[in-house]
Amino acid sequence: MPDLSKPYDVLVAGGGNAALCAAITARQHGASVLLVEHAPRAFRGGNSRHTRNLRAMHETPMAPLTDAYGEDEYWDDLKRVTGGNTDEHLARMTIRASSGVFGWMRQSGVQFQPSLTGTLNLSRTNAFFLGGGKALVNAYYLTAERLGVDILYDSEVMALRLEDGAVRRAEITHKGFPCTVTARCVVAASGGFQANLDWMRQYWGDAVDNFVIRGTPFNRGRLLRNLLDQKVAAVGDPTQCHAVALDARAPKFDGGITTRLDSVPFSIVVNRDGERFYDEGEDVWPKRYAIWGRLIAQQPGQIAYSVCDAKSVPLFMPSVYPAVVADNLGELAEKLGLDPVKLRATVARYNQAVRADGGKARFDNTKLDGCATEGLDPPKTNWARAIDTPPFTGYPLRPGITFTYLGVRVNDRAQVLLEDGRPAANLYASGEIMAGNILGRGYLAGFGMTIGTVFGRIAGEEAARHARN
Amino acid sequence: MQETDALREARHEIEVCNACRYCEGFCAVFPAVNLRREFSAGDLSYLANLCHNCRGCYYACQYAPPHEWGINIPRSLALVRAQSYSEYAWPPKLARAFERNGVVLAGAIAAGLVVMLLLTIGLVPDARLYAAHPVVPGAFYQVIPLWMMQVVGLATFGFSLVALGQGALRFWRDAGGRGKITVRAVLAALHDVATLKNLGGGGGGCNDNSERFSMRRRRLHHAMMYGFLLCFAATCTGFVYDSFLGWAAPYPFFSVPVLLGTLGGIGLLAGTGGLFAMKLVDDPGPAPRELLGADVALLGLLFFAALTGLALLALRGTGAMGIALAVHLGVILALFVTLPYSKMVHGVYRGAALLRAAIEKRAGVG
Repeated sequence: MPDLSKPYDVLVAGGGNAALCAAITARQHGASVLLVEHAPRAFRGGNSRHTRNLRAMHETPMAPLTDAYGEDEYWDDLKRVTGGNTDEHLARMTIRASSGVFGWMRQSGVQFQPSLTGTLNLSRTNAFFLGGGKALVNAYYLTAERLGVDILYDSEVMALRLEDGAVRRAEITHKGFPCTVTARCVVAASGGFQANLDWMRQYWGDAVDNFVIRGTPFNRGRLLRNLLDQKVAAVGDPTQCHAVALDARAPKFDGGITTRLDSVPFSIVVNRDGERFYDEGEDVWPKRYAIWGRLIAQQPGQIAYSVCDAKSVPLFMPSVYPAVVADNLGELAEKLGLDPVKLRATVARYNQAVRADGGKARFDNTKLDGCATEGLDPPKTNWARAIDTPPFTGYPLRPGITFTYLGVRVNDRAQVLLEDGRPAANLYASGEIMAGNILGRGYLAGFGMTIGTVFGRIAGEEAARHARN
Repeated sequence: MQETDALREARHEIEVCNACRYCEGFCAVFPAVNLRREFSAGDLSYLANLCHNCRGCYYACQYAPPHEWGINIPRSLALVRAQSYSEYAWPPKLARAFERNGVVLAGAIAAGLVVMLLLTIGLVPDARLYAAHPVVPGAFYQVIPLWMMQVVGLATFGFSLVALGQGALRFWRDAGGRGKITVRAVLAALHDVATLKNLGGGGGGCNDNSERFSMRRRRLHHAMMYGFLLCFAATCTGFVYDSFLGWAAPYPFFSVPVLLGTLGGIGLLAGTGGLFAMKLVDDPGPAPRELLGADVALLGLLFFAALTGLALLALRGTGAMGIALAVHLGVILALFVTLPYSKMVHGVYRGAALLRAAIEKRAGVG
């Protein structure tokens, strides 16, 4: 147990990638550092423990990245997914800095591996961590320990006391016991609030009881709330979160990547009443992956069922749970808890609309094939094939929340901005708690880790400098 | 392989791995997993024997205990591996030797020592047994005749080789590759055995007992494996010298058998001692406690084989040579007899699993 009566140069709130990058960098710049992680040691690392890669700009092939991924292409990708809901200055700065993080990451023990099987499309843009995000987090904790960063697990920064735009002290709990920490500077890297169901309930009502939180149960947003209550400028729509379709059997928290389901484009998706509600074939799955969480959240009971036949099963990655399989649709409906009459009628209507197409287009799962239904509402505009080949397969789906967008506003030195536009004197932010500045909407694979790494390092360096001046 | 709880648990965990794939870069197991969607009992035996227990996946796993899924691949595969040792044992009746393997090996060492000591003390006159025989050709045979060493050695070692070969066949039928065995695949497998590439993690080495990576286990295993091979080479050279060239043991220090044996003995001592020390501070998470006995017993057997061999080298020319020879041969007898009924078999099955991995890698299919 470190001595909490002495003042630290830098207090880091949080224990994921962004927090660790800040803590290690601050220590490397000579500061004494205390890192306060809400989770117990076994679950340390926030959502970073479920990640697997980092999106990095590079002008030439740079192992493990292939080919080139320039600033403008990266920026275009970001502009597209956010619909312009970003800050070009901060975004371009982050993108440029992403090409220079590898040396430091490797020195800090992070190892990389070639793009994983089934993710070849990412080998150009995303550098995969050997063993995934938890291995990265492990490496950073080892480095932080070696450098002499003091680490508290099972501890949470409850409140920062701001006076005249400066943090005077921090109130934390350590294994349930309250204590006060004084620090010359603070880095807030404690993530979003998606695991705080009561907060989520304000925007989503009781539907949250049927949400699955994909990541850590420790992202409660307590520090975020505390800062926003003290005239810190907010960024990002508080009602928005990144929500995908998950296997409904996923655990409430921490199910990570293996509960995802890619079956939607090759299925029909019905709600609890056995009715379809959206075009399953609107676009290729990576582009539509993130709208289905919201779509299901808007259905009664926040549940939906992906139904397909034997032809479609080999076309998608299964989830970790066994598919529900039956020889006929009635039996499948019963196994899924649906009304057999309803499901059979829905499939019959759909099959008829498929056949009405008259075979103008040829089915091709690798592109938008134009195999569409006719006279069906809602339509299925691609990959529409009759569901007629037993055995029939179904998966129950629920909305899975990855992260929230609400955060604190920062400038390019990672300083937290107050509502009047001034930067707080000694308060910095990195990671999910400020990602909304740059990723105000949508999702770009591996970009959260990029923001956390780049801003973590900036925050750590700025905080250390300021503390030691 | 029979469907057991251990097998079902391993299958379930491997299916989780197949939906995650974060660990693909650690070792040969995960690329082999990714080649298939369904896992037969034989496939799981193959994967279990392919696993080198480097534990990279355990410390990297987002689903490892205390996560509610409790994914623990090194542990689950170790249990399947242990099951496979029993199932492929030949003759099948002796599979029971793997049940309490630590006790069996300890008993074998004790029996080997008792038999050799009783025979030598009982049959060799004291004057000859305790005499300080000068280190000249034939000195050992004053105590134990050459023919007896040859007969007992060939019989026990020969039987063990046959049993190991039968085990290898049984493994290959159940869990081996279906593709063609090519020279390239054999060379690739030999390379992986010789370098222990799969104990290299993704380049940083294994996890010993924490998230930290190190090459310690790989180096200690190298010391042990090459030490063993050098000792075996020393034994073979000695056998050829005596049986075919008529050069009787003991040999001078600067002779091929003694130099090989000394070097090998030192490697064995360092390797087994170091690996045993690592067991003392092991992380109980990924290491099944019920297999500790078999591990430690084999380390002990090899350690004593080396120690008694070096002791014999040191004591020859003194009055203690006779007893030292009996003790050393007692341990070696235990080693020869238990070869197919100890963790020694892992070398055979792992080599075969690496061969299947090499075949599949080239074929690109499961």
